[in-house]
Amino acid sequence: MDMFNLRWRRHQSRKYAKDRLKVVLVNDRASCSNQVLEMLKNDIVKALNIYMDIDADELDIQITQTPVEDSQGEYMPMLNANIPIKSIRKFKEQLIRRQ
Amino acid sequence: MGEVYVVTSGKGGVGKTTSTANIGTGLAIVGKKVVMVDADIGLRNLDVVMGLENRIVYDIVDVIEGTCRLKQALIRDKRYSNLYLLPAAQTKDKSALSPEQMQKLCKQLREEFEYVIIDCPAGIEQGFKNAIAGADKAIVVTTPEVSAVRDADRVIGLLEANDLRNPLLVLNRIRPEMVKRGDMMTIEDVMEILAIEILGVIPDDESIVISTNRGDPCVADDSSWAGRAYRNITRRLLGEIVPLMKLQQEKGFFGRILKFFRFGS
Repeated sequence: MDMFNLRWRRHQSRKYAKDRLKVVLVNDRASCSNQVLEMLKNDIVKALNIYMDIDADELDIQITQTPVEDSQGEYMPMLNANIPIKSIRKFKEQLIRRQ
Repeated sequence: MGEVYVVTSGKGGVGKTTSTANIGTGLAIVGKKVVMVDADIGLRNLDVVMGLENRIVYDIVDVIEGTCRLKQALIRDKRYSNLYLLPAAQTKDKSALSPEQMQKLCKQLREEFEYVIIDCPAGIEQGFKNAIAGADKAIVVTTPEVSAVRDADRVIGLLEANDLRNPLLVLNRIRPEMVKRGDMMTIEDVMEILAIEILGVIPDDESIVISTNRGDPCVADDSSWAGRAYRNITRRLLGEIVPLMKLQQEKGFFGRILKFFRFGS
């Protein structure tokens, strides 16, 4: 049993390395492209502004590692954005205009 | 007009200088006119790996400052008549060079040589910027370790930001028995993570240490396993399609019996 455990644990070390690298690299790559993130943020603000008043100063956007459901420790990069809405009135106006 | 390759890695100690020496020598063996440039100012090493340390008179900084002519600083390797080395300066620091000066130097060298191979210093600061300034193509060396692959990824990003697109990967120091056990990332793992074209895989081989001790690159050694891997890299650089070397050495019947008993104990 001991030997089995040892072998099993050993088999994991390559997987550990790969999984840890993936997480680290998502963060590295995201922080390398702060400029890109900033551009994306501006474009999101522009697009949303058509439909609603948002608080652009409070807008928070980042790339995070989120565990994949029903998987064993797999992670997936995910774009998270918190966008406070000031007023949704515009949204209704847009809907009416479209109709 | 020659091609200028820069050999880089980000992390130190993964085999940039060894790879530069072997790729340069490999190309020279097949008859190409090659110059290797040591861009690691202050920590020169390519000269000792090549066994040419006793023949240095002038260095790259002397050429750039105009103390000597380019021809005077180039050391011709007596073993391979069309192989030359431009050594780094040992007593100056990285600020002795600028990217513009390197570009000018590379322009001069490519008129004379078919291949210019630049050995880049570790890190991503001034020395790195100098080394990549005059290059058309980049070779990224890494080992199958988390830290080395991480740094390689960073360097690939920086190379692409500097218009050195589609760098080629050399995966160094693979230990097939560890890969088989599941204790080392596989070639496929590293390729999947870095997502760049692979130029070659070098096994972790004693002959590298021995050849470095002697100052004679192992690419010329027919019996060396790593040497064979570097010869394959040379052929791929010349446009030949060479499949990746089989890393699992076939064990004979006796070897298998030995292995069986070791496994059982």
